[in-house]
Amino acid sequence: MIRLDGVTKRFAGGAVALDGVTLEVARGEVFGIIGRSGAGKSTLIRMLNGLERPSSGQVLVDGADVATLDEAALRTLRRRVGMIFQQFGLLGSRTVADNVAFPLKVAGMAARDRAVRVAELLARVGLSDHGAKYPAQLSGGQKQRVGIARALATGPDILLCDEATSALDPETTRDVLALIADLNRDLGLTIVLITHEMDVVRQVCDRVAVLHAGRVVEQGAVADIFLDPQAAETRALLAEAGEQGPADFAEFAGRVVRWTCHGDTIGQPVLTMVARETGADFAILDGRIGRLRDERYGQLTLGLSGGDTDAAIAALGRYGRVSA
Amino acid sequence: MSGWFVDIVWADIAQACLDTLAMLGGSLVLTILFGLPLGIALFLTSPGQVWANRLGNGALALAVNLLRSVPFIILLIVMIPATILLVGTSLGVAGAIPPLVVGAAPFFARLVETALRGVDRNTVEAVRAMGATTRDLVWRALLPEAMPGIVAAATVTAVALVSFTAMAGVVGAGGLGDLAIRFGYQRFQTDVMVVTVALLLLLVQGIQSLGDWLVRRLVRG
Repeated sequence: MIRLDGVTKRFAGGAVALDGVTLEVARGEVFGIIGRSGAGKSTLIRMLNGLERPSSGQVLVDGADVATLDEAALRTLRRRVGMIFQQFGLLGSRTVADNVAFPLKVAGMAARDRAVRVAELLARVGLSDHGAKYPAQLSGGQKQRVGIARALATGPDILLCDEATSALDPETTRDVLALIADLNRDLGLTIVLITHEMDVVRQVCDRVAVLHAGRVVEQGAVADIFLDPQAAETRALLAEAGEQGPADFAEFAGRVVRWTCHGDTIGQPVLTMVARETGADFAILDGRIGRLRDERYGQLTLGLSGGDTDAAIAALGRYGRVSA
Repeated sequence: MSGWFVDIVWADIAQACLDTLAMLGGSLVLTILFGLPLGIALFLTSPGQVWANRLGNGALALAVNLLRSVPFIILLIVMIPATILLVGTSLGVAGAIPPLVVGAAPFFARLVETALRGVDRNTVEAVRAMGATTRDLVWRALLPEAMPGIVAAATVTAVALVSFTAMAGVVGAGGLGDLAIRFGYQRFQTDVMVVTVALLLLLVQGIQSLGDWLVRRLVRG
């Protein structure tokens, strides 16, 4: 659906925002791009609807090279790619309904059809009673819902989310992310979101790319990145989100392994079963149990001593993945 | 002088009021007509905007700065040949309007540019991202969003024009300022000075109140 191939962006003055970024987003998935401020996320997401153009490399959206499109073709593309923003970007001089109608008006839809579509969209985001209000009268979460309704107005296949929840409190963030996940499921929207928060990635993304200083340092399924991060930058981001404790258990006398399991395994008495079977003792050194999008996961750092530790590790491997 | 206000020719004052209002009205309309597109062009050609163009923006900025750095009293005199070419005379209300517009339009344009700069960056991006043309961006988003700021700018410009019209009296434009100088100052008729200053004060107050009221009505929520 979307493919970036060796995309580099150099700004006048020599600053390099993106440096050879290659990645692919499949139809219908939620793809996250995470990185600190200054990593190049904003520049990257703006390449996808031609708000920024690459200095070199290709940006393909549905097979079309965005950088080579003329103004008219770019406008057509933009009606198929919705975008929402951290600061919402609503028109303060227009009502909620007029904000949602704006892209339809720009696209030349007749006033009567617009009214029907706007009512539909406002219902979709749960703001049916707020059409006559002005943006200044809404809460942050409501403003972002207006932004989402507006982004969906022209019936796009792709939704770009530029730090869409960074200005919201944690509870509102959860609501807005839930709405984004619903849209992905119900409408089959392909969603690309950028964020600096691991929690956002954990709640809605299928796959994620970690961007650092303009380069993709790691990408893959969210579960892999979360549970088995390779790049130092990814580990640092996870540590900041409180997702991983200090990983140094050198003082522990026995063997230390990390055991990761998914889904139904959580809820089974795996440790005690393995302990009875092999006579090994377990110390739990570190651990977390949580949810990645809709799937539950657990990851424990275990210290093994006594009994048959090799057999115990093999037994654990039947229920999950064991790594050093 | 036998007493205050006795020697005032009220018909002169009335005529001066009308002249000042005519100069103000005519020059304000034309200043907005020329200054608004100029301000929009200054904004759109600045870095990061849809028509970003270093050369074009530099040329516009230079022209605006040049005109703004000429003191109005000098501009009045320098423009006399051009004024005669444009309106056939350099005297009276008609003769005052070209220099007034040339003096005020660049000032107004800068204020418009500043008002447009105040429109949320995300809003401009959002409108572009939904596939709007530049015309839609300007007419349906930028101008409505910046309207309170633009009305405030027009108010400030109108007040500046009132003091410009007083100076225009120097080249024979007529109006309240001219009256104040000829009678109040040169003929020591302090009462005429007091009346004209009071009228100018009223005018400026009126403009400011009207502007403030409009801005309040335009700000939403």
